[in-house]
Amino acid sequence: MNDFNFKIAGEAGYGIASAGLIFAKTALRSGYSVFDFNEYPSLIRGGHNVYGARVAEEEVYSPSFGTDLLIALNQKAVERHTKELSPGAWVILNSDKATAPAPDFSPGINILPIPLIKLAQENGAPEVMMNNVALGAAIFLLGGDFKILESAVHDVFSSAKPEIIDLNIKVARAGFDFAQKNFKKRKILFNLKKKRAGKPLLLTGNDALCLGLIKAGCKFFAAYPMTPINSMIAYWAAKARELNLVYYQPEDEIAGINSALGAAHAGLRACVATSGGGFSLMVEAYGLAGMTETPLVIIEGQRSGPSSGLPTWTGQGDLRFVLGAGQDDFPRVVLAPGDPEECFWQAIEAFNWAEKYQLPVVILVDKYLSESRQTISSLDETRVKIDRGLLFSSTAQSEDYRRYRLTENGISPRAWAGQADLTFFTSSYEHDESGWAEEGIENRKAMMEKRMRKLETLKEEMPPPSIYGPSEAPLGLISWGSNKGAIREAQKILRVQGTETKFLHLNFLNPFPVEAVADFFRRSSKIWLVEQNITGQLAELIRARTGLEIENRILKYDGRPFLPEEIAVKIKEIT
Amino acid sequence: MTHDFKTSAEIVWCPGCGNFGIWAALQKAFQELSLKPDQILAVYGIGCHGHMANYLKINNFEGLHGRALPLATGAKIANQNLNVLAIVGDGDQLGEGGNHLVHASRRNPNLTCVLHNNQLYSLTVGQASPASEKGLKTKSTPWGVFDPPLNPLALALASGATFVARGFAGDLPHLTKVLVAGMKHQGFSLVEVLQPCPTLNYLNTFTWFKERVYKLEDKGHLPQDKTESFRMTQEWGEKIPLGIFYQEERPTLEEQLLPEKDEILAEQSLELSIEKLLTEFR
Ligand SMILES: Cc1ncc(C[n+]2csc(CCOP(=O)(O)OP(=O)(O)O)c2C)c(N)n1
Ligand code: SF4
Repeated sequence: MNDFNFKIAGEAGYGIASAGLIFAKTALRSGYSVFDFNEYPSLIRGGHNVYGARVAEEEVYSPSFGTDLLIALNQKAVERHTKELSPGAWVILNSDKATAPAPDFSPGINILPIPLIKLAQENGAPEVMMNNVALGAAIFLLGGDFKILESAVHDVFSSAKPEIIDLNIKVARAGFDFAQKNFKKRKILFNLKKKRAGKPLLLTGNDALCLGLIKAGCKFFAAYPMTPINSMIAYWAAKARELNLVYYQPEDEIAGINSALGAAHAGLRACVATSGGGFSLMVEAYGLAGMTETPLVIIEGQRSGPSSGLPTWTGQGDLRFVLGAGQDDFPRVVLAPGDPEECFWQAIEAFNWAEKYQLPVVILVDKYLSESRQTISSLDETRVKIDRGLLFSSTAQSEDYRRYRLTENGISPRAWAGQADLTFFTSSYEHDESGWAEEGIENRKAMMEKRMRKLETLKEEMPPPSIYGPSEAPLGLISWGSNKGAIREAQKILRVQGTETKFLHLNFLNPFPVEAVADFFRRSSKIWLVEQNITGQLAELIRARTGLEIENRILKYDGRPFLPEEIAVKIKEIT
Repeated sequence: MTHDFKTSAEIVWCPGCGNFGIWAALQKAFQELSLKPDQILAVYGIGCHGHMANYLKINNFEGLHGRALPLATGAKIANQNLNVLAIVGDGDQLGEGGNHLVHASRRNPNLTCVLHNNQLYSLTVGQASPASEKGLKTKSTPWGVFDPPLNPLALALASGATFVARGFAGDLPHLTKVLVAGMKHQGFSLVEVLQPCPTLNYLNTFTWFKERVYKLEDKGHLPQDKTESFRMTQEWGEKIPLGIFYQEERPTLEEQLLPEKDEILAEQSLELSIEKLLTEFR
């Protein structure tokens, strides 16, 4: 089966991520499905960086165990990654910086030493371009088309000077030629031979979120730098002028969320993005959005905590936090997309929920989803619908406008500051229908109930969660967010081994889909919970909302995402 | 037609509170600027000053303690046509919101910050604020405040503010003039208002201020001279200057941030094709 894992590893500062992207684009344009990921420490130079990609002819949803083709740019890469090599794997070894692992350590492994730095320098390029030499060699070994590699180099460096682009291509060619001359007769088990032409997309979760926000008509994006949302900042900042949008870099996350609330109050669709640390600072204003019924979308990219934690590693430890953050009760929606495609659609829905129900919507993602790319066949923008909810238009009756009018479904007609002939009052204090601060007992009860009632109304149109796998399978898995891909791949492995499973993926966590979960329990003989935190936060949530207990928990909290194999093994252990 | 900016809400400030003067001066300033209520948005901090939200008939947003400036900035970016004010307290803006004052000064959004300086946390019934006089005995400083007071004008000036002024709640015509100038200014204007709190601040009373205040304009002060302006912000004690300390012209945040300078972002259509954006991901 043409399904393999590629990896390039070396010192931070050596363009590992851009080399990875060039490789991924080359594979995509050759007609393959790609899933990629980056691993790096919180350092700019000197640390160990890794880019990995799984490439296959059929759709892939996550990386899998093992490495089939490794580019080792230095000795550390050799030391760290030989252990994970698959039988018969290939290693392109930078012979200028690294020596091959001991042969008894790597039986059946094919080592291809290439003087990457020397080849770069011979072609007038600096040492940092050695990654492209290696890519050229890799593409030759894989039987790939050099022209496609060339086009990928071109696009990835599109903002660089033409001479620099040409130089990158020249050194890639040198690597390709070197491999052709020296390793011609090698037989390799997988390839990148050009296949069908399609027009798939290769998107990270962050890319898809950005596209979704922009498509939803979001015009104000405020974010203070923090892994893993930094690539969203770069995208917004780069596109703002051309698309007539604003990226606002606040002095801190508190300013970020308050500025977004101001923008929303004056009529914009506004969004903030951060990680758990930044969200901690936003909590007071999260409640302000709830109290003042100001629509707001908050993207929370989780990483391993607590505190600074593992800043560049993934995790799912903030579920309980976003569900409970803030003093007292206020309505909120919490979404948790499972892959880039869901990121796109939920970013759009998030604004519709936020405006229709006038509340904050949190989109909970994580480092792994934010920064990993996945292949998507297409995003059909003609399916996008924008719903701004119930709006008040200024008329002669503006004098009686009541911003917080008590209604049966809890939704009051919304206005924004700046509408002609209309003034209104918005307050973080408890208020009456017109917004004036009011502490009376009856009013307090009515307002608390009105705000919370919006969630009851919303429940009626909430989409049901998806179930993957045959619905009659007695074994069930439950998870949320970005574990989706690894679990779907685990289902494939289990199927081959004769075990059919069904998988309930929750991407809408508040309001909670009580009935769907209870029904899934009824139809399963055994259930596993899969999530990336130490206490089983989803399991707790399920217990709290349905009274149902999950005993079989597959929990991970080491900062690394799940691999399909480890989930499959755990399930085999208990079946 | 001139508008009336009063609401029917019952006023709960203590009799003799300096907030009354600021409230009156603001209404007068709106009238002098021929503004309509729907053209104004005021964002308030939390404190006695924030109660003014109930007494002014304009668009009001009473937000969080210390956070009025960022919220006001976001609204201004969304709709440049709005005349935006941040109505804040000294505890509010110099304690919790200190960072936002520094950055608003630096960024220069075209809005006016009216800082009600009663040198005390009043709504929480009388603790020391960052602006309390050294030695002042309060509920939180029974032995007197140890630290020197924070000087909001000097802080704003050092942070790059383009309009820095001071008024006194006991001199309405002058305060109105300063507020009008601040609101007319293109860029960030900070108007500190000396606001006696007769209920809780026994030291900085109307009489205390009246004996000390004088007007910079009467002294021939030139607000273009930054060094001299800074020197004037240091004067406090026997004599306390009022008026415009400093003013300069600099591009505003919105002018620089908004792709289309004269557009109202909030009036733009939300529809937009992403077809071209998608090609980069192929
Ligand atoms: C986050 C937060 N911390 C504390 C408070 C309590 N609080 C309310 S008003 C106030 C002090 C207000 O002082 P100042 O801003 O000077 O306004 P004044 O009452 O003097 O007008 C404080 C500390 C609050 N509302 N929010
Ligand atoms: S406590 Fe002071 S500031 Fe507050 S209303 Fe009374 S006099 Fe005014």
